[in-house]
Amino acid sequence: MINSRLRSLIRKEFIQIRRDPRTLVLIIVIPIMQLFLLGYAATNDVRNIPLAVLDQDHSSAAKALLDAYRAADYFRITYAASSEKELRDLVDRGVVRAGLIIPPNYGDKVNGDGNTTIAFVLDGSDPTIASTSLSAAQLIGQQYSTKILAERMQRHGQTLVMEAPIEVRPQVWYNPDLVSAYFMIPGVIGMILYALTSILTATAIVRERERGTIEQLIVTPILPIELVIGKIIPYIILAIVNTLEVLIIGAWYFNVPVRGDLMLILLLSGLFLLSSLGIGIFASTTANTQQEAMLIVWMSLLPSIFLSGFFFPIEAMPKVLQWISYIFPLRYYLVIIRALLLKGVGVSALRDQIIALTIFGVVIMSAAAKRFRKRLD
Amino acid sequence: MATVMIQAEHISKKFADNWAVKDISLQVHAGEIYGLVGADGAGKTTTMRLICGVLHLDSGSITVGNFDINRQTDQARSLIGYLAQRFSLYEDLTVLENIRFFAEVRGLTADEWLPRCLDILNFVGLLDFKDRFAGKLSGGMKQKLGLAAALVHKPKILLLDEPTTGVDPVTRQDFWQLIIKLAAQEGVAMLVSTPYMDEASRCHRVGFMREGKILVEDTPGNLQKSLKGKIFELKGSPLPLLRKIVQNHPLVKYAQMFGDRIHLYISADPSQTILEALSQTIVEQGGSLTNLRMIEPQLEDVFISLIETNYE
Repeated sequence: MINSRLRSLIRKEFIQIRRDPRTLVLIIVIPIMQLFLLGYAATNDVRNIPLAVLDQDHSSAAKALLDAYRAADYFRITYAASSEKELRDLVDRGVVRAGLIIPPNYGDKVNGDGNTTIAFVLDGSDPTIASTSLSAAQLIGQQYSTKILAERMQRHGQTLVMEAPIEVRPQVWYNPDLVSAYFMIPGVIGMILYALTSILTATAIVRERERGTIEQLIVTPILPIELVIGKIIPYIILAIVNTLEVLIIGAWYFNVPVRGDLMLILLLSGLFLLSSLGIGIFASTTANTQQEAMLIVWMSLLPSIFLSGFFFPIEAMPKVLQWISYIFPLRYYLVIIRALLLKGVGVSALRDQIIALTIFGVVIMSAAAKRFRKRLD
Repeated sequence: MATVMIQAEHISKKFADNWAVKDISLQVHAGEIYGLVGADGAGKTTTMRLICGVLHLDSGSITVGNFDINRQTDQARSLIGYLAQRFSLYEDLTVLENIRFFAEVRGLTADEWLPRCLDILNFVGLLDFKDRFAGKLSGGMKQKLGLAAALVHKPKILLLDEPTTGVDPVTRQDFWQLIIKLAAQEGVAMLVSTPYMDEASRCHRVGFMREGKILVEDTPGNLQKSLKGKIFELKGSPLPLLRKIVQNHPLVKYAQMFGDRIHLYISADPSQTILEALSQTIVEQGGSLTNLRMIEPQLEDVFISLIETNYE
C-alpha cells in the first residue's frame, strides 16, 4: 500500500526533520529532559523535613524521645529553639516546617506513672509535607508511647507481653517501596507520545501552508489521504523510538519495572497514537500558522495533563471534573501503560480502556480526515 | 488554429463579499503565450489558481486539455505545470532534492527522474547549483528552480504567476527566452501573468484584468492600433505645471507622467487646433515647451487608457 508517491513524501519529511534543529531538539532532548525532571522533581516521597525542637525539660527521657524522632528519616532536627517565640519565628520564616515542644516536667511524668502532652506545631501551607509530617509525628509518638507503657508494666511485675488485639499488616503490591518515579515515568511515556505526535503532525502539515509549498503539492497527483499518511508515518516512527528511549532509560536508570509484554506495550501505544495524531491533523485543518497550530494543540494538552490522572488521582477530583476526564484519551492510556509496566497485566484487564481508545481514535481520525482538504479554500 | 488547451468559461470566484474573479472567459491554444496583465489585486492569481484547481470554482467551467478541472482533476493536473507567485518549493531541500521530489510524486520512476532532472536543470541553467539549498538561491534562481519543478513531467500547459517579479533584468531576459522556446519548440500552452508592460508585449495575446474582469483581450499589436493617432508626447518644463494645464483641457482624456515626459490621450479627432491651444496656454502661464507630437501608442498607454476611462 506504500506506493512511490508515499515513499518520496516520507523520504522528504525525514530529510526535513534531519535538517530542522528545532524538531530535533523536540524529539531527542525534550523526552529525556521530561523524564529526568518528572522522575526526580515530581516526587511525593517526603523525607528529611526540617524540624525545630523546644526542649523545656532537658531530662534524659526527653533526649530519648528526640532520638526516636531522629531515628525515623522523616525529620531532620535542625534547630534547638530556646523559647516558644523563637520556634514560631523559625516556622514563620520557613526555616523549619514543624516544631516539637517538650514541656518542663516531661521527664518526671514519663518516668513516674503520669501522662503528659507534647506539642507538635506544623506549617500547613504545603499540604503534602504537612500531612506526611503529621502522620509521621503521630506514628513515632504512638510507638514510643507503647514502648514506655510496656516498660512500666514490666516494672510493676507484669510479665504478660503486651499485644494489640488487631494488627493491620499491609502488603503493598506492584510498587512495594512506593517509589514515585515508578508512577511518574509511565505517565511521562504517555505525555511524550501525546504531546510530541500531536504537535509535530500539526506543525508539519501547517508548515506546508505557511511556507506556500502546499500550493505546489496541490497540483501534483498526491491524494489527500497520501498526504496525511506521508505526514504521520515519520512521526509514528519517531514516537515509537521515543517510547523505547523513555522505557529503556526508565528501566535502566530509574529501575522502573517493565512487567508487561513489550509487543503489547507498543501495540497499545500505537492505538493511543490514533487519537493524538488525529488531534494533530484536526488542529492543522484549522490553523494557518505553525504557532496557531501549536496553540490549539496545547489547549487540548494542558487540561488533559491535569485531568487525566497524570499528576493528581482522578478519584480525588470533584465529580464534575471526573466526568470531564472521560473525554481525554490520555486518561485511558495512562491506566494502560501503568498497568502494563507495573502490574504486567494482559489485554483482558484493560478491555474497557482499549475499547475507549479505539472509539476515540476512530472518531477523531475520521473527523480530521473529513476536514482535511487538498485545496487552498 | 492550434488545439485549445485551456478553456475557461464564465468563471467566477468570491472571497467573503468580494468577487476576486467575475465572469471571466478565456482560451489558450497550444504553442500560444497568453499574458494576463493587471495591477495587484486585479484577480490574476485567483484566475491562475482556479485553472489549476488550487481553488474551487463558484461558477463557470474550466476544461484543461479534454478534462474538466472539477470532475477529472487528476487527469487535468497531469497536463499542468504551475509556478506559483510565491516561492513554493522546499527551502530546506537542495535544488536536486526538490526536483527529485516533484518528479517522483509526479510518477517518474527511479531511473527516469535523474536524467530528466539534470536535463531540466541544464535547460534553466541551474545545473551548477544542483546541490545548493533552495533557500540559499537568489530570487531569479528560485524562479528558475520553480520553473524546472513545474516542467519535470513535461506538461502541455504551463501556468506562470508573475514569474519575473523580483528578478533581475538579465535573468528576466533568460526567463522569457525559456518561455518563448517552450511555446515555440514544444507547443506548450502558456498562461503568464505579469505586471510589466514590456513582458506583456512579448505575449501572443494579452488580457487586461481589473477588478476581477478581463476588460479587453487582443494581440498586443491590435491593442496598440486601437489608440493609434490618439497618443501624444509632451516635453517641456516645469512638468507639474504642464500636466495641470493639459489635464484641465476638456478633450484630453488623461495625462500620464512617463519619466521626463507626459503622455496625453486625446480622444477627439486631434485637430491641429487642440495642440496649438495647448502650446499657447503653456507659454501664457510661464511654462516652456520643447516638444509636442503624436507618437506610436505603447501597451502601457493602452493599459492606462483602460483604467482611466473606466473610472469616469
